[in-house]
Amino acid sequence: MNYPYIPHTDEDIRAMLEFIGVSSIEDLFSSIPVSARSSLNIPESRDEFSVFKRLKEISEVNASLEDYAVFLGAGVYKRYVPTVVYDLAMKPDFLTAYTPYQAEVSQGTLQALFEYQTMVCELTGMEVANASMYDGATALAEAALMSFRLTGKEKVVVARSVHPEYRAVLRTYLEKRGFTVVEAGYDETGRVLLEEVDEETAAIAVQYPNFFGVIEDLDYVRSRSGNALLIVVVEPVSLALLEPPGSYGADIVVGEGQSLGLPMWFGGYSLGIFATREKYVRQMPGRLIGQTVDQAGNTAYTMILQTREQHIRRARATSNICSNHAHAALIAAVYMSVMGPDGLREVARRSYSAAHYLQERLEEMGFKLRFSGEFFNEFVFNVPEDYPERWKWMMAKKILGPLPLKGFYPELGDTALACATEVISEEDIEKLLEAMK
Amino acid sequence: MKKYTKTHEWVVVEDKVATVGITNHAQEQLGDVVYVDLPEVGREVKKGEVVASIESVKAAADVYAPLSGKIVEVNEKLDTEPELLNRDPEGEGWLFKMEISDESELEDLLDEQAYQEFCAQE
Repeated sequence: MNYPYIPHTDEDIRAMLEFIGVSSIEDLFSSIPVSARSSLNIPESRDEFSVFKRLKEISEVNASLEDYAVFLGAGVYKRYVPTVVYDLAMKPDFLTAYTPYQAEVSQGTLQALFEYQTMVCELTGMEVANASMYDGATALAEAALMSFRLTGKEKVVVARSVHPEYRAVLRTYLEKRGFTVVEAGYDETGRVLLEEVDEETAAIAVQYPNFFGVIEDLDYVRSRSGNALLIVVVEPVSLALLEPPGSYGADIVVGEGQSLGLPMWFGGYSLGIFATREKYVRQMPGRLIGQTVDQAGNTAYTMILQTREQHIRRARATSNICSNHAHAALIAAVYMSVMGPDGLREVARRSYSAAHYLQERLEEMGFKLRFSGEFFNEFVFNVPEDYPERWKWMMAKKILGPLPLKGFYPELGDTALACATEVISEEDIEKLLEAMK
Repeated sequence: MKKYTKTHEWVVVEDKVATVGITNHAQEQLGDVVYVDLPEVGREVKKGEVVASIESVKAAADVYAPLSGKIVEVNEKLDTEPELLNRDPEGEGWLFKMEISDESELEDLLDEQAYQEFCAQE
């Protein structure tokens, strides 16, 4: 037997063929038309060494972001994740048994999720957090639905400075169900511009820092929100430096948790952060893990308030979400524990500094900053009309450049959104500046 | 006179104001009640509409308006003492009071004997 990865011996195969009464493998597949068979074009079998070599050649055609200077953020961020995070998170005990349906045998997973919730509360300044939603965009849509349940009203005002794709998902979730989504514009600072909200408005949703990287003035937003609830979309790492939305009276805080230790895997998996006030907990969607004591008085963890959920509440559940991204939440919990408050603050501070340095250098080259408001680690700047072509050309130079914004915000003209995180080096910046010339 | 619904609410009407709760039979089926979600005072409800919900350790149940009218008072004691629903469902554990708008709807409700028979069949 030359192929250790094929479990059947020649004798096994012969015995099976004999049992079903066919003489050979070819005979077994004889009913498949010859034309269909040849279209598969499968080569003859090869030994392990040759197969490994071939697969390596194929994988080398992939672009690895490890080799790229990444100035593209817009919701997904390249960060350094210490090796120990994956050593722990990928332990089979966590990886294969990630769904804690049976609390009594899932104590490790439940404890990790409970700690995740606790850390999300600390970062956002909120009182309760769930054990995760699918991603930032759907978490925002769920927050709007929750505000409708809480207020009995059916309209949400969303800042145009909220991620364009999040707003698209929001509309998909709400409009076909008869709810109203109204957009609020922005001023020259890049911050949201709000009219006094009317009595029909259930909630106002803003992003902090917003899609342009600009830090919204949440005091101003609160002052304009009247009786409406305040929903704040966050990027969690920024909260290590910024005053948390909870301090400004936010009612629901949501966000994408990818930047807490998750790699940039295609579109996911991602991590939907969702936190709120304790008084609203019964209208909150998603899983909640609680800490309690068992019969012997030992600390124990369990899923709580499940009467809100679909498997018990059926049609009147708070949400049709019936799962979560438990393993992503677990990775985030491990990442946050490994970094600690000081480590996260360091990551945030370095990202802030790198972005501000990059902005200064671009300004020196004549690329003007588009908005005057203070930014965190992303900023919008003016670019020449042909920039989108240059953006594609830069990819060949292993630079993932600032995102052209014209498709998302035609009213801004020719601009791009630049991002820098803690992994950006002086050398990366020189490379980008050279490519921008 | 006390009347009942097939969805296990009880109703007592005095001067066009109905006091509504859940029956002892319903309480037994639910088990230990941990939370009661009561309607807002002033809300207009139609007969058969969901007006409140009750969560026990093993289930969540909706309470339906037995009659049409306006909610005028809710039993706020239940916020801190949901166990009243188990201890005295047809007395201290009442849920809400409503001003009824159509007295003829009372005729659709069951009397005690009819309700007992209904429960025995269920």
